[in-house]
Amino acid sequence: MSAEDQSAPSEQSIVAYDRGAAIEQSDGFSNPGLPPHRPRQTDLHPAKERRAERQVVAWFLLSMLGSVLAIVAYIAVPIEPGNMGSVRANNLFLGLAIALALLGVGIGGMHWARQLMSSHEVVEERHLSRGSEKSRARAVEIFELGDQESGFSRRTLIRNTLIGAVAIMPLPAIVLFRDLAPAADAVDSIAHTMWTEGERLALDPTGTPIRADDVTIGSAFHVIPESLKDLGHDEGYLDQKALAAVLLMRLPVDRLKEAPGREGWSYDGIVAYSKICTHVGCPVALYEQQTHHLLCPCHQSTFDVTEHAKVVFGPAKRPLPQLPITVDAEGYLIAQRDFTEPIGPSFWERLNHIDPDHVPVSAAETETRA
Amino acid sequence: MTATTARPSLTAKASNYLDERTSMSTLVATLGRKVFPDHWSFMLGEIILYSFVAILLSGTFLTFFFEPSMTEVFYDGSYAPLKGLAMSAAYASALDISFDIRGGLLMRQLHHWSALLFIAAIGLHMLRVFFTGAFRKPREINWVVGFILFILALAEGFTGYSLPDDLLSGNGLAIINGMVKGIPIVGTWISYLLFGGVFPGDDIVPRLFVLHIMLLPALVIAFIGIHLVLMVINKHTQFAGPGKTNDNVVGAPIMPLFAAKAGSFFFIVFGALVAIASTFTILPLWEYGPYDPSPVSAGTQPDWYIGFADGALRLMPGWESEILGWTVSWNILIPIAVLGLFIVLAMVYPFIEQWITGDKREHHIAERPRNNPTRTAIGAAGVWFYAIMWAAASSDLIATHFRLNVFHVTYALQAMLIVGTVIVYWLTKRIAIGLQKKDREILLHGYESGRIVRRPGGEFVEVHQPLDEYEAWKLKAYESYAPVMVRPNAKGKITPATHLRAALTRWFFEDRVSPVTPRELEVAKQHDDH
Repeated sequence: MSAEDQSAPSEQSIVAYDRGAAIEQSDGFSNPGLPPHRPRQTDLHPAKERRAERQVVAWFLLSMLGSVLAIVAYIAVPIEPGNMGSVRANNLFLGLAIALALLGVGIGGMHWARQLMSSHEVVEERHLSRGSEKSRARAVEIFELGDQESGFSRRTLIRNTLIGAVAIMPLPAIVLFRDLAPAADAVDSIAHTMWTEGERLALDPTGTPIRADDVTIGSAFHVIPESLKDLGHDEGYLDQKALAAVLLMRLPVDRLKEAPGREGWSYDGIVAYSKICTHVGCPVALYEQQTHHLLCPCHQSTFDVTEHAKVVFGPAKRPLPQLPITVDAEGYLIAQRDFTEPIGPSFWERLNHIDPDHVPVSAAETETRA
Repeated sequence: MTATTARPSLTAKASNYLDERTSMSTLVATLGRKVFPDHWSFMLGEIILYSFVAILLSGTFLTFFFEPSMTEVFYDGSYAPLKGLAMSAAYASALDISFDIRGGLLMRQLHHWSALLFIAAIGLHMLRVFFTGAFRKPREINWVVGFILFILALAEGFTGYSLPDDLLSGNGLAIINGMVKGIPIVGTWISYLLFGGVFPGDDIVPRLFVLHIMLLPALVIAFIGIHLVLMVINKHTQFAGPGKTNDNVVGAPIMPLFAAKAGSFFFIVFGALVAIASTFTILPLWEYGPYDPSPVSAGTQPDWYIGFADGALRLMPGWESEILGWTVSWNILIPIAVLGLFIVLAMVYPFIEQWITGDKREHHIAERPRNNPTRTAIGAAGVWFYAIMWAAASSDLIATHFRLNVFHVTYALQAMLIVGTVIVYWLTKRIAIGLQKKDREILLHGYESGRIVRRPGGEFVEVHQPLDEYEAWKLKAYESYAPVMVRPNAKGKITPATHLRAALTRWFFEDRVSPVTPRELEVAKQHDDH
């Protein structure tokens, strides 16, 4: 016996489908049929068959060993609090033992299937995927009966009002989701930050206020509003931080090319910019001291601090918003006010929330690219 | 069967009990000896299924310990460097799973590695189906079902990546927040509702958790069910070979050989995943610290399967418009549109190709990619396009590793995305046609045997050996298409659609290599015999 043939005579009438652009190969070759079956070593030599059998059993025994070892590892290699080495050992031995248990069954089973089970190929006939002519006719008949008995096509008013009712039904779902977020206006909530007049600039995350004298030339500070530290995590600490995070840098005064109207926003070469990228909102955390460039590590938008953080490269379009700063009587850096424009990624309503006092960096400048 | 004794065995009694209540024998009779063809590439789909089981099992274990909450806690576990730090309960419980629960780290790593294998196998499986034309009638619907599974898998990956609430996952969410805000009109509000207020808020982790462990897995299981049922109904494709035709399936019957192989393979895949999870660290989330909107580390990378989307964002120039007082972020919208178009085109490709060929017949023979050069070239161009976007997600790492300027790397990738895709299309088509010509040559004149013979006239020739009929059949048996002529339709009219179709068939099939005919073979034989 070469191959089991399961072919049953087809009940379907042959449907002639359009062949389209396919070329008719009427003088094509004839299929030579299945090649003769090639017996395996295990089919020919009883000794090899017995050896394969032993190998399969060995793999299954190894699997049992693996399962037992896994339990042993769980108990014998415990995690000792504070000892990272014990975590690693637990992970390694437990995992390898479980892997052995699984692989033993898998490899043994595969060996059994490939070496010992019948390898004769079986042929099964395909039929067209469509139902038989009889069942297709019956299906049409059932739909027609259904239509007749219900009057679905005849009673058009019933049908159309039903369709209308079901179509409108999902609409309440839209309003149902409004309370996913608080009642406040979405745009108002992100248009302003915690910075107010006189708010001290403080170090992130300690909240220590920063004196202007401590900011040496070439240094960059990660800054938060001083009062942020009084906020608990459940009172929106991270939310406010995500809006108010600022980078503070001191440049040689002659390097700063300040736009008219923004001269008063820096203090003795110290400038503060929003840390949140105007592209999609990653923190712009990398400061290059030599070029005075700020680089966003997410998508490589690059901002030039000497020219009001205008974009010199990357997918961001707008410069980072500048925080106008000065010093108070004790020499601490303070904000003059909030940002004059919304911080972070652009959004549809952004222009409605630009402060009248905002001084844009001229459009022509932002177009220049390095 | 072995039951030859008069007394029915326990198995026989149990089977009878079941059948009398469920009619199980009908199922066994129809499916028991169903045939599955054998080819290594058909194994990719199995890997998807088995890694999904590993995901479900390890994921269930994780849910017993993971706390999907953004409530503030002060870490008090055994990882000393983070002790006393304020963090979300989600991140703290992820640390506890890693450091204080035996087998917890193993299950977390198994879950992550299985998810990566799941998505990788989906990608390879889709490529196999695409390049062999296995999406053709009657399998177009199953291609779409599979594509939906691919998208669901990406969604599962992303929601899972976001759950531990470490610095990396939080940054991923920050990017999503920025992208959502870039959507015109509704973007600001969608972000607000999604995050339960201002980003990051306190709600996103529990919300994504519900999607990750309930809604998305339920959809994945449902679509896997549809995918498999349709596969059983359509039967598996097979490669052309001796004895294999468009009207039969040749291979192993489910009982016992296929079931044994598939069942064993499940344990091999599962076992290999556990072995990897126990020896290779993945996502050492303790190194990143809890999410904070302010710090971010250089070389930030998404998981590789999201890379193509991140890369698209990186390659886009910074375009943004202000129209009538509203802000339109092209730097976000265009990447989203390009990715969307790419995905939709791939999803509807079977319907496009069928409209072009006009071939309404069922196809069960998996084509060799070279025998459909244009499709293969389209696929290769798509792979290139995807790969460049994917590489772009690491543009900064490429720059630091090869000591290049990151700006130049970006410009180079932009050029490769647009020019490279065209070149790859053209090159692949030429290679496929070249391979077809080689097949023809081998069929007509045999393969080079390496035996050099000196002819009586002193001439040295290499003897060409003809293929045996079984090998030859693999090269002969393929379908060929030709461009169609513009012909008036039934109403005697030539519509623009007819012109378009004719043009597209020319594009597809103009420089085709037709299969060898018996007459050609005969002529070649006579010629060689001289």
